[in-house]
Amino acid sequence: MGMTVVEKILARAAGLPAVKAMDVVEPRVDLAMSHENATLVINQFKEIYEGTGREAKPWDPGRIAIIFDHRVPAEGPKTASNHKLVRGFVAQHGIAKFHDIRGDRGGICHQVLPEFGYVRPGSVVVGTDSHTTSHGALGAFSFGIGATEMASIWALGVALNIEVPPTIKVVVKGSFPKYVGPKDLILHIIGKLTAQGANFRVLEFHGETIRKMSTSGRLVLCNMSVEAGATSGIVPADDETERYLREGAGVTEKIERVLPDADAVYERVVEIDVAKLEPQIACPHTVDNVKPVGEVAGTAVHQVVIGSCTNGRLDDLATAAAILTGRKVADGTRMLVFPASARIYSQALEAGYLAEFMRAGAVVMNPGCGPCLGVHQGALGDGEVALATTNRNFKGRMGNPKSAVYLCSPAVAAASAVAGVITDPRTGGC
Amino acid sequence: MGKVVLKLGKDISTDDIYPGRFMATVLPTETPQFCFFDRTEFNAALKAKAVPPGSVIVADENFGCGSSREQAASTIRGHELVVVARSIARIFLQNAINLGLNIVICPTIEAEEGDELEVAPGKVRNLTSGKEFATEPLPPARQAIIDAGGLIPYTRRRLLERA
Repeated sequence: MGMTVVEKILARAAGLPAVKAMDVVEPRVDLAMSHENATLVINQFKEIYEGTGREAKPWDPGRIAIIFDHRVPAEGPKTASNHKLVRGFVAQHGIAKFHDIRGDRGGICHQVLPEFGYVRPGSVVVGTDSHTTSHGALGAFSFGIGATEMASIWALGVALNIEVPPTIKVVVKGSFPKYVGPKDLILHIIGKLTAQGANFRVLEFHGETIRKMSTSGRLVLCNMSVEAGATSGIVPADDETERYLREGAGVTEKIERVLPDADAVYERVVEIDVAKLEPQIACPHTVDNVKPVGEVAGTAVHQVVIGSCTNGRLDDLATAAAILTGRKVADGTRMLVFPASARIYSQALEAGYLAEFMRAGAVVMNPGCGPCLGVHQGALGDGEVALATTNRNFKGRMGNPKSAVYLCSPAVAAASAVAGVITDPRTGGC
Repeated sequence: MGKVVLKLGKDISTDDIYPGRFMATVLPTETPQFCFFDRTEFNAALKAKAVPPGSVIVADENFGCGSSREQAASTIRGHELVVVARSIARIFLQNAINLGLNIVICPTIEAEEGDELEVAPGKVRNLTSGKEFATEPLPPARQAIIDAGGLIPYTRRRLLERA
């Protein structure tokens, strides 16, 4: 019986000839990523060793990545002290894949991992962040876990008692119309599947549209697969994956492509044609509350956010900057831009995008998660509305349960910033 | 047996259970204070110790969707509450099992705040309405972790089994 990509990856990682959906395996882990919540992982890790008489040493510091991104620079003494504690652990155990708060190599974990070449096709990646699904864009099986599970992996090097998830095959065809792209596609898919439609399942992306899509776009699809409940999204590796890893991430060693068998068993197949897809908006307060932009156009927006691990990449900033050229952010609307990494920030600076944002009236912030998780930077006032290229619109997400968040693409966000209301970029004078 | 102290709809996110702005607080001993913080009355009742251990939160489908933040499980665990939900999002379910939070998947559960529920093998009895609802077993793959009392003791045992 044929295997899906994830079944092949898990079989190999567990040292088995073959696995099928719902088998229980203990795969070795190739990369274990944490961010600020490494603070809790360290606490749980030490607790595992209590009373064992053994020294609490991670199984392989070379396979651990820690990236500060959620609250950078620290918003207060508690976060700053957490950062300090993690730095101490990193130094003690020689964790090289550590990205501190820096303007040269910092950024959001889900951008730093791909751009530094830490993720390879066929690898097993875990992260203490639900959007760890992102790295499936490079053909890896990559999923989010909690801090205690990470502590267990730091101790043992394997993920314990994993059920092989069934896979839903998503086949996408057609060319995107102007101002429609990967964000609109994944919002459409989430609306179709619902917020739990892929719970405990993998979304495996196929079709001509995916083959032509850049890694940046694939990261958007896999990033938000979790919003349909998926354990992971995955794009089987191809020429584009190899191009990205060579040119974008500087990988020189051999890249192996793990591909699904022709007779792989899928739970179901979902087919989508994007040729007539309209810009999509996820309306408050669930990500599956998706409507075509026309249905909510005209809604007043107090804050526009462009950035995050979903849409803070160079092509996203280029699209937004092009729409803002020669225009101004509307009075009564604030626009915040958060590039996804220090590298992207530099590239956007050189390309002139950041100057364009500032000239238009936007505020360019340092790379990081920023307002997406409502901790600091860009909280909303009572009754305010935000339109964001981020990935979640749960009640209270942007720091205030008395506010509302709509999600969209960078093109919709930029056009709406100019108009001050939710605007279709195809008709909004762009 | 426990009284339903909070009835929730579907897609209750971890931002609802444990708002992002408290994520710098991580220790299971400290997270309970922020449990459902923005549901101010319920949070106040918890803090006033007016909600006895064993009380029940009843939720519709996809409870705990969203972030992987483990605080969402530890904050409920800290008050020794039971969660009975029609379905549970993957990461929250695993966090709950790993931390030993008492969770019950009951796809057809019907209960109102104030109802008395009894969790029995394979079913939940609503003693107030007199109805019974079948439960779904937790993932069998996780049974060893549940039996060990959580992932920390289970990992400790596995570690010690290694030479």
